[in-house]
Amino acid sequence: MATEKVLTSNIRPDLSYVDIAAYESSGGYEGLRKAMTLAPGQVTELVKQSNLRGRGGAGFPTGMKWSFVPMGADAPRPKYLVANADEMEPGTFKDRLLMEGDPHELIEGMATAAYAIQADVAYIFLRGEYLLSAERLRRAIAEAYERHYLGKNILGSGYNLEMHVHLSGGRYMCGEETGLLNALEGKRANPRTKPPFPQVSGLFGKPTIVQNVETLCNVPHIVKNGPGWFKSLGKTQDSGTKIYGVSGKVKRPGLWELPMGTTVREILEAHAGGMRDGLKFRGVLPGGASTDFLVADHLDVPMDFTGVAKAGSRMGTGTMIVLDDHTCPVGMVRNLEHFFAQESCGWCTPCWSGLAWAEKALSAMEDGQGQPGDLAHLEHICRLCAPGNTFCALAPGAVEPLQSALKYFREDFERHIAEKRCPWRSHE
Amino acid sequence: MQAQEDLSVLSPDERQEIEAELGHYPNKRAVCIDAMKVVQRHRGWVSDESLRDIADLLEMSADELDSVATFYNLIFRKPVGRHVIMVCDSVSCWVMGYDRLRERLMKRLGVKVGETTADSRFTLLPIVCLGACDHAPVMIVDDDLHHNVDAENLDEVLEKYK
Amino acid sequence: MKIFVDNRPFDVHAGQSLLQACLTLGFDLPYFCWHPAMGSVGACRQCAVKQYKDEADKRGRIVMSCMTPVTEDLRISVKDAEVSAFRAGVIEGLMISHPHDCPVCDEGGECHLQDMTVMTGHNYRRYRFNKRTFRNQYLGPFVNHEMNRCIQCYRCVRYYREYTGGRDLDVFALRNLAYFGRYEDGVLENEFAGNLVEICPTGVFTDKTLKHHYTRKWDLQMAPSVCVHCALGCNTTAGERYGSLRRIVNRYNGEVNGYFLCDRGRFGYEFVNHKDRIRQPLARKNGRLRPVTRSEALSQLRSILSGAKLAGIASPRASLEANFVLRALVGPERFYAGVSEAQYRLTAAIIELLKTGPAHTPSLREIERSDAVLILGEDVTNVAPRMALALRQSVRQAAFRLAEKLHIPVWLDHPVREAAQDLRSPLFVAATHGTKLDDVAKEAFHAAPLEIARLGFAVAHAIDASAPEPANLSEEMRALASRIAEALKGASKPLVVSGTSLNSQEVVDAAANVAWALCRIGKPASLSFTLPECNSMGLALMGAKPFVEGMEAVRNGEADSLVVLENDLYRRTSRENVDALLATAQHVIVLDLLANPTTAKAEVVLPAGSFAEAEGTLVSSEGRAQRLFRVYAPGGDVQESWRWLRDMMAEAGRQEATAWETFDDVLGSTAQAIPAIHGAVGAAPPATFRLAGAKIPREPHRYSGRTAMLANISVSEPKPPEDADSPLSYTMEGYPEQPPPALTPYFWAPGWNSIQSVNAFQEEIAGPLRGGDPGVRLIEPRPGNGYRSCVSEAFVARGEAWLLAPLYHIFGSEELSPWAPAVSELAPQTYVALRPDDASRLGAEEGQEVEVQWNGTAHRLPVKFRADLPAGVAGLPVGLPGTECAGLPVWAKISKPL
Ligand SMILES: Cc1cc2nc3c(=O)[nH]c(=O)nc-3n(C[C@H](O)[C@H](O)[C@H](O)COP(=O)(O)O)c2cc1C
Ligand code: SF4
Ligand code: FES
Repeated sequence: MATEKVLTSNIRPDLSYVDIAAYESSGGYEGLRKAMTLAPGQVTELVKQSNLRGRGGAGFPTGMKWSFVPMGADAPRPKYLVANADEMEPGTFKDRLLMEGDPHELIEGMATAAYAIQADVAYIFLRGEYLLSAERLRRAIAEAYERHYLGKNILGSGYNLEMHVHLSGGRYMCGEETGLLNALEGKRANPRTKPPFPQVSGLFGKPTIVQNVETLCNVPHIVKNGPGWFKSLGKTQDSGTKIYGVSGKVKRPGLWELPMGTTVREILEAHAGGMRDGLKFRGVLPGGASTDFLVADHLDVPMDFTGVAKAGSRMGTGTMIVLDDHTCPVGMVRNLEHFFAQESCGWCTPCWSGLAWAEKALSAMEDGQGQPGDLAHLEHICRLCAPGNTFCALAPGAVEPLQSALKYFREDFERHIAEKRCPWRSHE
Repeated sequence: MQAQEDLSVLSPDERQEIEAELGHYPNKRAVCIDAMKVVQRHRGWVSDESLRDIADLLEMSADELDSVATFYNLIFRKPVGRHVIMVCDSVSCWVMGYDRLRERLMKRLGVKVGETTADSRFTLLPIVCLGACDHAPVMIVDDDLHHNVDAENLDEVLEKYK
Repeated sequence: MKIFVDNRPFDVHAGQSLLQACLTLGFDLPYFCWHPAMGSVGACRQCAVKQYKDEADKRGRIVMSCMTPVTEDLRISVKDAEVSAFRAGVIEGLMISHPHDCPVCDEGGECHLQDMTVMTGHNYRRYRFNKRTFRNQYLGPFVNHEMNRCIQCYRCVRYYREYTGGRDLDVFALRNLAYFGRYEDGVLENEFAGNLVEICPTGVFTDKTLKHHYTRKWDLQMAPSVCVHCALGCNTTAGERYGSLRRIVNRYNGEVNGYFLCDRGRFGYEFVNHKDRIRQPLARKNGRLRPVTRSEALSQLRSILSGAKLAGIASPRASLEANFVLRALVGPERFYAGVSEAQYRLTAAIIELLKTGPAHTPSLREIERSDAVLILGEDVTNVAPRMALALRQSVRQAAFRLAEKLHIPVWLDHPVREAAQDLRSPLFVAATHGTKLDDVAKEAFHAAPLEIARLGFAVAHAIDASAPEPANLSEEMRALASRIAEALKGASKPLVVSGTSLNSQEVVDAAANVAWALCRIGKPASLSFTLPECNSMGLALMGAKPFVEGMEAVRNGEADSLVVLENDLYRRTSRENVDALLATAQHVIVLDLLANPTTAKAEVVLPAGSFAEAEGTLVSSEGRAQRLFRVYAPGGDVQESWRWLRDMMAEAGRQEATAWETFDDVLGSTAQAIPAIHGAVGAAPPATFRLAGAKIPREPHRYSGRTAMLANISVSEPKPPEDADSPLSYTMEGYPEQPPPALTPYFWAPGWNSIQSVNAFQEEIAGPLRGGDPGVRLIEPRPGNGYRSCVSEAFVARGEAWLLAPLYHIFGSEELSPWAPAVSELAPQTYVALRPDDASRLGAEEGQEVEVQWNGTAHRLPVKFRADLPAGVAGLPVGLPGTECAGLPVWAKISKPL
């Protein structure tokens, strides 16, 4: 299949470092150069027109987000741009590829975005375990400073930008954009109240934009090639390409940059090679651990924000986790809820208590200790943690796989309770 | 990496590395996570003594710093072995056989998850998704990521760490 | 503005949260993480309501009322089934690890968690797994820790860290294992830690002093009281059982203490129960004081009084009424204020400044709302603790203003803090040493008293050039003064705080000049003076003569006998003076609570009722007259000082005394005789007041064991004592309606057993109490005055001598609270504070003894280093046993003992 590679075109098969010379020779930093010839507002406008939506999971229109940042001489200073490179959502492994494979793309994207909002300081908030990414980004940042893509008077424009890498202390909550701000301030990564939004009062109380790595990597290409080009890349109304991934018991787990809106089936079958021999497809978490299961009925759903939402889930990060028929759905959900319960920041009650309870109930079920009322109670916990009921989106995300598993795999849960054991455990 | 060393105050190197971070943020406190990681790089963990030193340096109370330290999972407030094994226990690795890998590791090392071997060679810890799900199961030993680890190649991996 | 709750329209004030509005309207809406003094953070999710877009919207969505601002035509439901189920679900979640230990939990019966659990209807535990458990910590003598009861509402850390500025309590770990405590076991460092007892909605933090003589709230006999441990007049509720005082809790007064007390006020009460309390009259026989009966004492007094030329020593810790009857007994001519000479002059000067100047004396609430503050010469945390907490809030005014600009509601606590970061309204501290408020101060200036005064005068001059300027100002000081002046001028509610701590007329005058200069340029400046004792202000308003004149009168024979009212004279002047006075006087009659060096020299000692056993009016440093009520009728011979003094008058054949049957009789005469305190009669309704024809019960309606309490003594239930002095009764029967604020013996409302029930007593949540906050202000400013002239001489350090400046300790310096074991545990031993360089010059290590000589006497004191003292100044703690400190600062010689 002939697809235009935009984000991953420089990435080498052996994943070796792409230095600034190599990056420039393939047209790198042209987007930033072009941006510098435009007014900041014009850059924002281009991104707005491109219909770029956030790749971190929520799909918020990027240009619109930028337009909330106070501009002009009396805007509070310094302003900040933060790349959200926390990538701790289980099943998600796309940003690492971009940072290791082509770090300058992120740096160029950040410099361009920072220029649009006239940020003074940019941070890359990086997962603590991504040490190779850190090393390469630091190296690339140093190269970019040297060539005046960063630092004082960038490319002679008079615009200044500092860029730093921050390695996280490690918590899923650091990916939540306001938790991230607290973590960057050296605090516990509890989420913050919104409003006020970070665009107005963010890092250190100043206007701040937080953006996913993949989102930022798109920006220089949009500026360079125009919004029309970007829109034409997608198969559906959601523009651009998307890095899709598949993990689980498929033949070829991996990552592919494909047009936005490629169907689930195409990704699973044409790219991931279908299920391993002897296994049947039962369901998939389309975009990371915090999304609702899709099942066989949904295979022809286009993987974009609208399509997946219509099917009752979220595209999330676009990295899928496949459930096969030899794997226990209850065990899988137990594993997921263990993760979420463990990562709950402990701020709001439905989350810290509800998820801990859900994990315990699911573990009991797996161990043959389930009780008849448990499923109703798990559904009750899902309702407690519904969007709006909790302080941040962690808990609502946490119950997405649970509530959909209860819907699609109910008989499996019921068997656990009725048989007082996990029917899959004897298989292995 | 012995606990006794930690009674000493921050070394000049540690101090310097922490101070280098100060320029990246508008206030001292923001450096606290970086600072604890600096110490951890040098000593393997953050002892009570180190914590107090860092707190003093950053004008925080020990209570404030420990409140931050205990929130995050990559800050170790207990001593660890010479090598830290962190096995991913999240969903993709679980689907791909995390349970077997963990069993194998526990047997091989003679410790439970969360413990350190008697010879202080390894500490075995769980870790959340390492962003290498297409190569599950995975684990990190010290700074190295190991892909597709299974019962067969596990010994080979561990051999590299003395 | 109008909102609809379950389709009924209500009028509410704009600018508040929906939770606040609903509580004001009287809806029973549960909450945990929200606190009226600390705003909303949306953590517990307990206060959920349904919000509807409009009338047509039937589905609505769940919102947290604490995080939702009220807006015009807002439509919500409290009763909706889905949201009610959600609230019950949240409680169920909170309770999964909560132990079922209400029967043995100190909080039981006044537990917010219990109340809210009942309110939501959650009544069955479905959770069948293990509960998480924690280790508890030792947090010092005041507060007990029981972490298993925690529901993770985060109130404690928010209060301790964000509200009080404490840095040694925090939250550790996360998820359902969040641990609230200290980094390691140890005494909580903050002086307001005791409020955790009321802040915590369940039994994690409880009153450790109460534990030693535990009583449930419903079994306490309670009365409205006023703290006697400083001059601020914080309102308290005191509770008794079996004749002993069991505890103090905060009694909300919107203008004074609001929701919080200091730890001295909360935990100092145990002096009342001390074994050395004087509970029987004592009379000297054969050189020794021995217990005598009441009638023996009175007959002995009769013979003393006949023909004696009496002088009365009045007390700044006794009520207006007790002082007044003393004045009546000895006559205004022989009525002397038992305070040090310096205190006497200064308090009088302060009243003069407040009554004849244009600056207003602010309530604590007004202090909290000041947006620029200058503190001259006061270590507020140690002298007037609750004021320090108010001042700490004042610096947030700048954050509130920024928030308004960013359209962030000021009650949205974290967004305001995040936006403001370190932004603070200016607060300047000029003191002889570092103070606990320095951490929020824009600048802290440490200097000798004279220099502090000169700084003040310079600030006044910088504000208004017609105010006098001190000579020979250094450039540095002039620049500092102008920075302070600019900050004060830029404020809309500037405040100057000073007081009597340094015994310095110059400092007090300087403070007045600053405030007056601000008034001159059109700023509504406030001027607040701290005073040492709970009725320092009241006594000064009564116009007693100075103590020195009293001593002189005895010396020259104008008086030959002394009546000393609740006063240890050794705290007022030098030992020599007091020894001489007591030796010269033919008869010394002392009324007091506790044995002290003065009672030890008396001929007759009469057992005076403590605040818990006496009615009285006290006037706070704000000039607010407040009433305190007997909590219980004291057993045996203990009675109010005014009654003893009245009885003495009767013994002396003074007929007018027989008219003073009840407290109101004396109060009426007091107010009539002394115009300056005339307003005091309005501080509380008279004894004849009735609520629907009934008295107000001091006991809650669930008071238990009444028939059995004394069955070990007699099986017939004793008749409860009568109380002719107040509208309160010593019973549990009464009219179930809210009494007037000054008479509220405790806060309780149906469904609200905890202290949070105060919500139901306020006109508006966190606003004034219904019917007005208690107390009557006796002092109001009068515009127009001239400036005080300023000091010329600069302070010069002397090589061979040190100026001994007074150092105050919240735990230790005040007279009564160290009798409480918990407080005395935290009181330091006496010492002399030296700069480390001075100490090394003397060759003294920390802890080593040196010889300190002043006023011709020598003292051996261990050295404590204080690097924050200015050059040439040393410090001496005030009020600790073993230090004679009246009349500081003085020049002292310090040397290493041989
Ligand atoms: C619990 C939680 C974890 C998150 N983790 C990440 C993350 O690791 N990386 C990321 O880009 N966004 C993450 N998000 C989404 C961010 O909050 C935010 O929406 C995103 O960074 C915005 O960038 P975008 O608009 O470019 O997607 C997370 C959200 C939640 C609620
Ligand atoms: S939902 Fe609540 S407890 Fe969970 S992570 Fe968000 S704020 Fe923390
Ligand atoms: S009181 Fe509203 S969320 Fe806690």
